[in-house]
Amino acid sequence: MEEILRVEGLSKTFTLSKKQQKIERTESKRKVAVDNLTFSAYRGEIFGLLGPNGAGKTTTLRMLSTLIRPDSGDAVLDGCSVAGQPEEVRARIGFLTSELKLEDFFTPNYLFDFFSQLHHVDETTCKERKQRMFERFGIDKFAEVKVANLSTGMKQKLSLVISLVHNPEIVIFDEPTNGLDVLTARTVTDYLKELRSEGKTIILSTHIFSLVERLCDRVGVIIDGRMVACGTLQEVCDGMNIEDRFFELYKEVKGSEE
Amino acid sequence: MKSNALTIIKKEFARFFGDRQLLFTTVIMPGLLIYIIYSLMGNGMEKMMTEGQDEMVTLRVENLPESLAPMVEEMPSTTLLQQPVTQEEIDNLEDKNLNEVVVRFPEEFDEMVETYSPQTGVAAPNVEIYYNSANNASSRVYTMLDAQLSAYEDQMSNRFDINRIDGEDEEKSYDMASQDDVLGSILSKLIPMLILMMLFSGVMAIAPSSIAGEKERGTIATLLVTPMRRNELALGKVVSLSGIALLSGLSSFLGIVLSLPKMIPVDAAGVELGLNYTGADYTVLLLTILATVLIMASVVSLLSALAKDVKNAGTMITPFMLVVMFCGLMPMFQSHVPENLAAYLVPFYNSIQVMTATFAHEMTWAPVIVTLCSNVVYSGVAVWGLTKMFGSEKVMFSR
Repeated sequence: MEEILRVEGLSKTFTLSKKQQKIERTESKRKVAVDNLTFSAYRGEIFGLLGPNGAGKTTTLRMLSTLIRPDSGDAVLDGCSVAGQPEEVRARIGFLTSELKLEDFFTPNYLFDFFSQLHHVDETTCKERKQRMFERFGIDKFAEVKVANLSTGMKQKLSLVISLVHNPEIVIFDEPTNGLDVLTARTVTDYLKELRSEGKTIILSTHIFSLVERLCDRVGVIIDGRMVACGTLQEVCDGMNIEDRFFELYKEVKGSEE
Repeated sequence: MKSNALTIIKKEFARFFGDRQLLFTTVIMPGLLIYIIYSLMGNGMEKMMTEGQDEMVTLRVENLPESLAPMVEEMPSTTLLQQPVTQEEIDNLEDKNLNEVVVRFPEEFDEMVETYSPQTGVAAPNVEIYYNSANNASSRVYTMLDAQLSAYEDQMSNRFDINRIDGEDEEKSYDMASQDDVLGSILSKLIPMLILMMLFSGVMAIAPSSIAGEKERGTIATLLVTPMRRNELALGKVVSLSGIALLSGLSSFLGIVLSLPKMIPVDAAGVELGLNYTGADYTVLLLTILATVLIMASVVSLLSALAKDVKNAGTMITPFMLVVMFCGLMPMFQSHVPENLAAYLVPFYNSIQVMTATFAHEMTWAPVIVTLCSNVVYSGVAVWGLTKMFGSEKVMFSR
């Protein structure tokens, strides 16, 4: 198996505002979001980061996409370091999270071309890829409709398509089915499988056990910013189902803290 | 690097020119409104000044003295009635629609004036002129009579004249300023401030929405996960915002220029309105405006990037706007542009001074060069700051 992502000792600490301290119910001004995280992902697999809300999954993915910088450690994606070569990393990944929005004013057609240009995709490839992706997701009928007038599901499908304009080798999805209706969620999960069959690597974060079971080849369980288990589903589950295994791990971590 | 910044510029222009409402309110409306408002104001002022000029006024005069008869008889647009004036005729003047003026000279006015001496302590002969100031025609004739009588009174004790222009020497002028200088002086106090205001309103119309708005809507994060460098994004944003602000400023400028002939009464200023500027003057103006809008867009972008949302951006930009407006008012309180070159290192103040000097025909190259270079350097620093902000997770993703 060819290692395409290597995460080594990745850590991130945030400074909390007074308001955040109140919400977090802590007197500490610092919150360790990700603590010395180490894992690998291999070409052609779906790797899931499983954890409860606030475990550090999103922070990890944001560091991998270079939106935020790690305090220490590094991640190497397809030979490029997030700390040292952020532009090269971004050229190799497709990143999608619900936080990333598209401008309401533009049409899918315009946005596909615009993001293709930013990724330096040549015109012919862009045209061919746009036609294929729009047809695949049923966007072709709405290609000239402004994003503001698209349905929520169509907007999410468009965001997915836009994140893949450059046909990246590594696809990073933060909670890929969150907030999606069942039909769109199915379209997305089917497409992730398709990408895997094309040899792409998918890193996703989720707190949905069934999604991990259905999609992921390997999984990393992350609790309080630390990787508590990592491996194939069989290795992590150890004969249990993923949900029971997760709660066992959760109790172990929380129990040891107490 | 260039191509990504260019892609951003194209996108910002597509956003701007594709939004007809934004295009209308930012580019077309300012110029149009300025032209309409200034033209209406000019027409109103002209109407106010000329109203009642041709209307006939009945001039009732009692005891018209021989010495003043020719002057009164020749008064334009009046019908002279020499007769004793009744109180009823004076009371009738309360009707503001009545084009009348009543004048009462004392009997034997000429003799009384001849023999009058201030040393005797006796009151001077009094001429009573009744008119209605709410009636333009009546008011006009009163003003003419008052001026003529005052001139006659001055003539009684005339010992010397000041700046007399004799009949055959009507071309003579004691004000040695050229017509260009007079016009330049007017324009240099007015236009730079207007240019600065127009440019600022252009920047304000789009920059907060383009940067703070993109942060607020989450669309900037989508740009930040592309391989584009942060400085390309910053440069693309600043250049496109400057271009749009320039268009907006140009529209306002055209509105001013086209309505100016209606705003400045040519006769009142004593000059013909002819913009007598050289190619070098126009080049300096253009370069100064470019450098000014560049630094303006950079600073407003910087503040917008710091802001959490569009509303917050507006609040943060207001103090900066006041400083810029204060700089714009400077020419009104100064007689000459500063000679010390260090003064031209102060952003906005320097642009205003260069524009003032250019309009006043006092432009020299050293201040222009210092101004242009320093503004480009400041803009570069601001773009660098904006790049840092686009790269700062605290600034970009704070809530």
